[in-house]
Amino acid sequence: MSLRLSVASLGLIAGLAASPAIAAGDCAAGKTLEDGKLTIATGNPAYFPWVIDDAPEKGEGYEAAVAYAIAAEMGFAADDVVWVRAGFDESIQPGAKSFDFNLQQFSITPDREKVVDFSLPYYTSAMAVVTTQAVIDGGAAATLEGLKTLKWGADANTTAVPMLMDLVAPDSDPLLYNDNTDVTAAIQAGQIDAALFDLPTALYLAAVVVENGAILGQFPADRTDNPDQFGLLMEDGAAIKTCVDEAITALTASGKLAEIEATWLSETTGVPVIE
Amino acid sequence: MKLRLENLRKSFGDTLVLDDISLDVAEGQMVCLIGASGSGKSTILRCINLLEPLDDGAIWLDGQDIAAPALDPQPIRQRIGIVFQSFNLFPHMTAAENVMLAPRRVHGKSRDALLPEVSALFERFGLGDRMDHYPDQLSGGQQQRVAIVRALAMNPEIMLFDEITSALDPELVGEVLEVLTTLKREGMTMILATHEMDFAQSVADHVCFLDRGRIIEQGHPDKIFDAPTQPRTQDFLSRVLRRR
Amino acid sequence: MAGNQGGVTRRQEYEKRLRRRSLFVAASSTLAVLLAIVVLVPRAPGWERVQQSFFNAEVIAKTFPKLLNAFLLDVAIFAWSAPLIAVLGLAIALARDVRNPVLYPLRLFGIVYTDIFRGVPVVLVVYLIGFGIPGLGLPRPWNSPYIWGTLALVLTYAAYVAEIFRSGIESVHASQRNAALSLGLSGADAMRFVVLPQAIRRVIPAQMNMLIALQKDVALLSFIGPVEIFRQAGVFKSLLANFTPYVVAAAIFLVVTVPATRLADHLIAKQNRART
Ligand SMILES: Nc1ncnc2c1ncn2[C@@H]1O[C@H](COP(=O)(O)OP(=O)(O)OP(=O)(O)O)[C@@H](O)[C@H]1O
Ligand SMILES: [Mg+2]
Repeated sequence: MSLRLSVASLGLIAGLAASPAIAAGDCAAGKTLEDGKLTIATGNPAYFPWVIDDAPEKGEGYEAAVAYAIAAEMGFAADDVVWVRAGFDESIQPGAKSFDFNLQQFSITPDREKVVDFSLPYYTSAMAVVTTQAVIDGGAAATLEGLKTLKWGADANTTAVPMLMDLVAPDSDPLLYNDNTDVTAAIQAGQIDAALFDLPTALYLAAVVVENGAILGQFPADRTDNPDQFGLLMEDGAAIKTCVDEAITALTASGKLAEIEATWLSETTGVPVIE
Repeated sequence: MKLRLENLRKSFGDTLVLDDISLDVAEGQMVCLIGASGSGKSTILRCINLLEPLDDGAIWLDGQDIAAPALDPQPIRQRIGIVFQSFNLFPHMTAAENVMLAPRRVHGKSRDALLPEVSALFERFGLGDRMDHYPDQLSGGQQQRVAIVRALAMNPEIMLFDEITSALDPELVGEVLEVLTTLKREGMTMILATHEMDFAQSVADHVCFLDRGRIIEQGHPDKIFDAPTQPRTQDFLSRVLRRR
Repeated sequence: MAGNQGGVTRRQEYEKRLRRRSLFVAASSTLAVLLAIVVLVPRAPGWERVQQSFFNAEVIAKTFPKLLNAFLLDVAIFAWSAPLIAVLGLAIALARDVRNPVLYPLRLFGIVYTDIFRGVPVVLVVYLIGFGIPGLGLPRPWNSPYIWGTLALVLTYAAYVAEIFRSGIESVHASQRNAALSLGLSGADAMRFVVLPQAIRRVIPAQMNMLIALQKDVALLSFIGPVEIFRQAGVFKSLLANFTPYVVAAAIFLVVTVPATRLADHLIAKQNRART
C-alpha cells in the first residue's frame, strides 16, 4: 500500500490568498468572533494528511487547504484567517466558543447535531481496516466473516466505534483508545489485530506509522446508511452557518473541493473493497 | 558456675558503656546489680540475653561461650528469660496469648496442650481470672506479673529482671517482689538490676555495685550495704538510702 | 450504664441538648446552601445549556445500563489488583526492613523500587508497561492489556502501600521486637506475630485511602484498551456530544466509594473504641 504524497503546489495557496476578496463580510459581516477575521480551530496535534506538519497556517494538507478555500469564498483574505486549537470536548461544552468553526474530521451525526451545528459535508470518507502484514500472513481475510474473528481496536472518540459495530460486529469486544497513536501502539504490541479508520487516515497510518502496516480493505462510503461525512463544527445556532454552507456549496459546484482532494488525499481506488 | 561473665566490653559509638565486667553466678543464686542511672545495669542484662552484641569478652553458660559472634542467638535466648521495666507485653494479644506465643512457635506446642501448664502459672501468680484480658485492661502490677509468667513459660534456666518495679505505683511493688522471692525459694538463678535496696539487701545472695560501666565493688549484701569500702559506693548508698 | 433504672444522668441530658442544637445548626445551614444552589444556579443565563450538557435526563436513561455494565469491569480489575498490591506492598516493606547485612541488596532494591514507582505518574507506568512489554513480542494471550495494565497498577500502588506498611512497622517500638526475640522467637516470627499485627492495625486508615484511590485509578487501564466505565462514558460523550455520561459514571463511582469510606471510618472508630 503505497502512499503517494502529492507535493504542495504553493501556487495554489498563493492563488487562494490573492483571489479577489469579495469585501470581507458580505455574508459573514458581524457574525464572526472578531470582525474582519475568521477564527478556525483544528486538533492538537492535527494529523497528516489533513494538516501537514501540524502547521495549518501553511495551508498544506486537505483540511488546511479546504479551510483557506472556504475563507476565500466567504471573502476573507488568507491573512485574516486566525488558527486556534480546540478538541472535541471544548467544542461541545456549553458556553462561548473560541472559534468560528472547527474542522478535524468531525463526523456529522444526528445526535451531535442536537448539541452543535455542522456545515454541509466537505468530505465523505470510506472506512478502512488497518492491520499488519503479520496478521495478513496469519490468514486474516478481507471477508466479513474473517473480520469478525479479529481482535479489534478503534479511537474511542470517533464514530469509528459505532461504524465498527455496524459494519463488522466483531465477535469479541473491541479495545478502545485515546487517539491514533495509542491505537497504532496496540497494533504494534499485537494486542489488537485490526483497527478501523477513515480511509485517508488509514492509508497514512499503514504506510508511515505502523511498522509493516497494511490495509486489509475498505468499506466504501455508500455501504452504510450513515456514511462517514465530515462537517465543520460550529456552535449551536451559529449565525455564520449559512455563509459557510454557501461557501461549501460553491466550492463543490466549482470542482474546487475535488481539486483540493486530488492534491492532498492520495489515490484510494487501489484499496480492495471488503465484500 | 551456671553463668560466668568474663571481661565484657561494650561501647555505643565513642562512649564505653561496659568496661571489663566480670561476674560469676552460681546455680540458684540471686545477684543484684545496683548503681546510678546510666551506670550500665540494663546493658549487662541485654548483653547476656544477646539483645546487644558485645565488643569483647565472653559469656559462659554451662561452659559454653554464648557470646561467640557466629552463634545463633535464638536457642540461647530460649534458655534465658528477661523481664523489662516497661513490661513490653504484646498489646494486641490477651495475657494468655502473650504467654503462649513463644512455646507455641518455638516448641510447636498447641494451645490446648499448653493450657493446663499456663493456667497453673497464672493461678500461681494470682492471675487466674486475668488470662483473657488484654494488657491495657490490667493494672501495672498485673501486667508485670504476666510478663514474668511469659518468660517463665519457656522454662528458662536463668531469669534476668531489669528494674521491673520502677514503673509501678508504690502499692503494687510488693506483689511483684513477692514473685521474685517465690522464684528464689524455688531455686531459680536470677540477675536483677534494681533500685529496691531493701529488697536487694534482704533477699540477694550477691550484690554488684556498678559505676560508669565498671563493677567497682561486689560481695555479700551485708558487706556492700553495711560496710562498703569504695567511696563511690558509700556516696551512692548514702544518697539512695537517705532518700527513702 | 450510668443513670438509675433507665433514668438519664445530668451529663447525658446536657450532651443530648448540645447534640440537638448542633444538628439543627448543621441541618439548617446545609439547607440554606442547597436552597441557594437550587434557586440561584438555574437563573444563570447558561444554566439551560449546562443542564443539557451535564444533566440530561434522556442521556442518563440511554447510557446508564451500559455504563453500569462497564463498571463491573472496574470492580473486577480492582478485585484482582487489591490483594496483589497488598502482598507485594508488604513484601517490599519487609525487604526494606531486613537487618541482615548479607541481605543488603534486597534492602537497596526496596529503596530504589519505592523511589522510582512513587516518582512516576501512574498513567505513564500504565502506558510503558501496558504497551511496552507486550511490544517486545509476547504472543496472545500473554500480551493482554489486562495483564500488563494490572501489573502497572500493582507495581505503582505497591510502592505507596509498602511505604505505609513500613511507617507502620517503624511505629511499633523496638522494645516489642526485643521482647519477642528475648523469648526465643526467630526474627521472622517476631515480625509476623508481634510487629506486623500492630503495624497493620495502625495503618488501616491510610491503606483504606489507598484502596479508594485505587478504585478510581483503575480507570487508567482504559488508556491501553479496556472499555471500563470512564472509557464507555467517553465513547458516549463523543457519540452524543454530551458530558452527561461522565456525570453518570461519577455518580456510579460515588455510590460505591462513599459507603466504602464510611465503612472504613466506622471500622477504625470501632477498633479505637475496643482498644480503650
Ligand atoms: N542503644 C544505645 N545507644 C547509645 N547509648 C546507649 C544505648 N543504650 C544505652 N546507652 C547508654 O549506655 C549507658 C548505660 O545505659 P544503661 O541503660 O545500661 O544504664 P542503667 O544502669 O540501666 O541505667 P538506669 O538505671 O537509668 O536504667 C548510658 O549512658 C546510656 O545512655
Ligand atoms: Mg536500666
